[in-house]
Amino acid sequence: MTLRTYVITRILLTIPMILILLTTVFIVMRVLPGDPVQMHFEKMATPATIEAMRVQLGLNKPLWAQYFDYVFGLFRGDLGKSMQDYSSVGQQIFSAFPATLELAICAMLIAGIIGIFLGVEASKSYNKPKDHVIRVFGIVTYAIPVFFLGMILQLVFGVWLRWLPTGGRVAPGMNPRGLNLALNANSNSFVAYFVAPLLVGLLLVSVYLTAAKAKHKKFGRRAILFSLAFFAAGSLLSGVISWYSMSSGGIHVSTGLFTVDSLLEGNIFKFGTTIKYLLLPSLALGLVLCGVFIRLTRSNMFDTMRLDFVTAAKARGLKDRNVTYGYAFRNAFLPILTMMGLEFALLLGGAVLTETTFSWPGLGRYLVDRINFRDYTAIQGAVVVFGLFVSIVSLVVDLLYAYLDPRIRL
Amino acid sequence: MRKDIVNKSMLAKIIPGLGSLAKRRGLAGKLVILGAILTASIVVMTLLSPWITPYSPSKINVGIPLTAPNSQFPLGTDNLGRDMLSRIIAGGGVMLQVALVSVAICLLIGVPLGLFSSQTGGIVDKFFSLIMDSVYAFPGIILAIAFSLVLGRGVINMALSIAVVYVPSYFRVIRSQVLSIKELPYVEAANSIGAKRRTILRRYIFPNVLPSVVVVATVNFADAILTAAGLTFIGLGLPANVPDWGWDLTNGRKLLPSGNWWVITFAGTMIILLALGFTLMGEGLSELLNPRLEQGEEK
Repeated sequence: MTLRTYVITRILLTIPMILILLTTVFIVMRVLPGDPVQMHFEKMATPATIEAMRVQLGLNKPLWAQYFDYVFGLFRGDLGKSMQDYSSVGQQIFSAFPATLELAICAMLIAGIIGIFLGVEASKSYNKPKDHVIRVFGIVTYAIPVFFLGMILQLVFGVWLRWLPTGGRVAPGMNPRGLNLALNANSNSFVAYFVAPLLVGLLLVSVYLTAAKAKHKKFGRRAILFSLAFFAAGSLLSGVISWYSMSSGGIHVSTGLFTVDSLLEGNIFKFGTTIKYLLLPSLALGLVLCGVFIRLTRSNMFDTMRLDFVTAAKARGLKDRNVTYGYAFRNAFLPILTMMGLEFALLLGGAVLTETTFSWPGLGRYLVDRINFRDYTAIQGAVVVFGLFVSIVSLVVDLLYAYLDPRIRL
Repeated sequence: MRKDIVNKSMLAKIIPGLGSLAKRRGLAGKLVILGAILTASIVVMTLLSPWITPYSPSKINVGIPLTAPNSQFPLGTDNLGRDMLSRIIAGGGVMLQVALVSVAICLLIGVPLGLFSSQTGGIVDKFFSLIMDSVYAFPGIILAIAFSLVLGRGVINMALSIAVVYVPSYFRVIRSQVLSIKELPYVEAANSIGAKRRTILRRYIFPNVLPSVVVVATVNFADAILTAAGLTFIGLGLPANVPDWGWDLTNGRKLLPSGNWWVITFAGTMIILLALGFTLMGEGLSELLNPRLEQGEEK
C-alpha cells in the first residue's frame, strides 16, 4: 500500500464514521426519549407552549425531515436553537470550544511529559524496585476519578495553601473582550467558518482522490496536492476572517486560547494569570492520563534499548541521556504518538468532568449545564461537536503516523 | 475426551492456586492477589453494611452538621448531619451493582457478537467492525451521559448506558483473537476432518479466547466503576437518598471552599481503592495469561 492509497482509504473511512456518529446521536437524542420537548418541560407546560416550541425548533416535522435538517444544518454550521432561550447552539459552542481546546492541549502536554519521563526511567531499571514503584504509580493514576483528584488539588492548593485559584478561567476583573462582541454581531460562528469548510473540503478531497485513484494515475499525485492545498487555503482564509472579525471588536480574545491571547497582547502579567487558572485543571487531567503513556513508553523503550544501534551508540561512549532520548526514544516514539490520538477521546471525556469540577467555561461544562435544563438541542450539539473533534484529531494523527513511519505504507 | 483436557487446562490457567501463583510469577501474581483482597474486602464490607454501620447511613441530624472527624464520628458528618463512616460503609452498593450489571451486559452482547462477526467474515464483519470502531473512538463518558440522560435514573439504566460504551472493547478483543486463532494449524486440522463450524467455534476457538475475555472484563469493572462515579458526579446518578460515594463527592464539592475536607476525601479514596482492586487484578491477569508478555519477563 502506498502512502497515497493509505491516505485515501483513511479519509474515505472517516466519512462513514462521522455519518454513523451523527445518526447515533440523532437516534439517541431525538428518537429514543419519546418527545424531547415534553422531557424538557418535565410535564409542566400547556400543550400550546409545547406546540409552539416544536414549531420554533422544527420538531413538528416528520423524523426523516428533522434528520435531514440536522445533517445539512451541520454543514452550514447550524446546530439548531437552544430549548432554553432559542439562542444559537452553534455560537454558544463556538464560544466555549477554545477553553476546552486549551485545557486539552495543556493536559496532553502534562500527561505526555510526565508519562514519557517516568516510562523511560522505568525502562532503564526494568524489574527493579524503581520500576515497580513507577508502574504502581501508573496503575494508581488510572484508578483515580479525575474529578476527585481535581477536588483534592483545589483543597490543597486553593483552600489550604491559597496559592492558586480553585476555579474559573480568568480573574474577576479580566473579562474577555472581543468574543462576545463578535457573537452579538450574529455574523460568524465557529462551525460556519471551520467545520463546514472542513467537512466540504474533506468530501471534495475524497471525491478527487477516488477519481484520481480510479482513472488518472499520473494525474493522481498532483490532484491530491492541489485539492489539499486548496482545502487548506480555504479553511485557513475563512478561519482568519472569522478571527479577524472577532478581534476587531475588542483586544483581548483573538484565538480564544487565553494563554496565546495574552502573549499576543504582549502582556506577561495576564499570561501569568491565565497560567495560574489553567494549572490545576490541566494538572488533574494530565496526571490521570499519564499512566497509559508510562506503560507504553516503558515497554517500547525496554525493547528499543536492547537493539543493536543503541548498543553501538553506547559503545561509542555517548552520554547516557543522549543515547536514551536522542537514539532510543526517537524510535520508540511512534506508538506513543498513535496512543496520543487514541487518548484524545479519553482526554475529552475527562475534560467534561474536570471542567465541571473547576467551573472551567468550556464545552464540557456547557454540556453539563444544559443537562440540568434538559436542553436536548444544546446537548445534541455539544455531543456532536465532541465527536467531530475526536474523529478529526484521530484522522490527523493517523495521517501523521503514516507520514512518519514508512512501514505502514507497505 | 479432548474437551475435558481443554477445559481442565483452561481452568488451571484462570483459577490457579493463589499461593503457588504468587511464588511462580513474581510481581504479576502479587498484583492479582493484592487486587483480589482489596476488592473482596470492599464487597464484603458493602454486603455486611446493614449490620455494621454505627448509624443509619441516610438518617439526617445524627450529629451536628459538618463535624470534623472526632471520637464519636471517626469520619465526621456531612452538611445534613449524617454520619460519614456509615455512608462510606454502605456507599459502595450502587457502584458495585451498576458495574456488575454493565459487565454482564457487555459479556452477553460483546462476546457473542465478536465471535459471530469474526466467524462470518465478509460484509457482515465489516459492518459490525465499522460500527464498533465508531463507538470505540467516541469519548466514553460523553456517550454514557447521552444515554443515561435519555434512559433516566436507576441501576439498570445506568448499567445499560455504561455497557453501550464498553461493548466495543470486548468485540474488538474477541474479533482480533479469533482472527488469529482461526489460522492456527489445529483449527485447520479440525476444519479438514469436517468438523462443523459451530463445533470449531465452541471447542477450539472459544476456550482460547476466554483468558482475554477474563482480562477485559476485570479491567472493565474498574472502568465501569469510574464511569458510574462520573455519571453520579454530573447529576445523572441515583436519587440522593441512596448512600453512594459518587453522590458524596458531588455534595462535598459544594462544601470544599469552606475547608470541609472529610466529606470528599474518604468517599473518593473508597472509589480509588475499588477501581484499583480491579485494575491490579486486570494488570496481573493480563501478564499471567498473555504468553507473549511472559517471554518478555524472562529475557
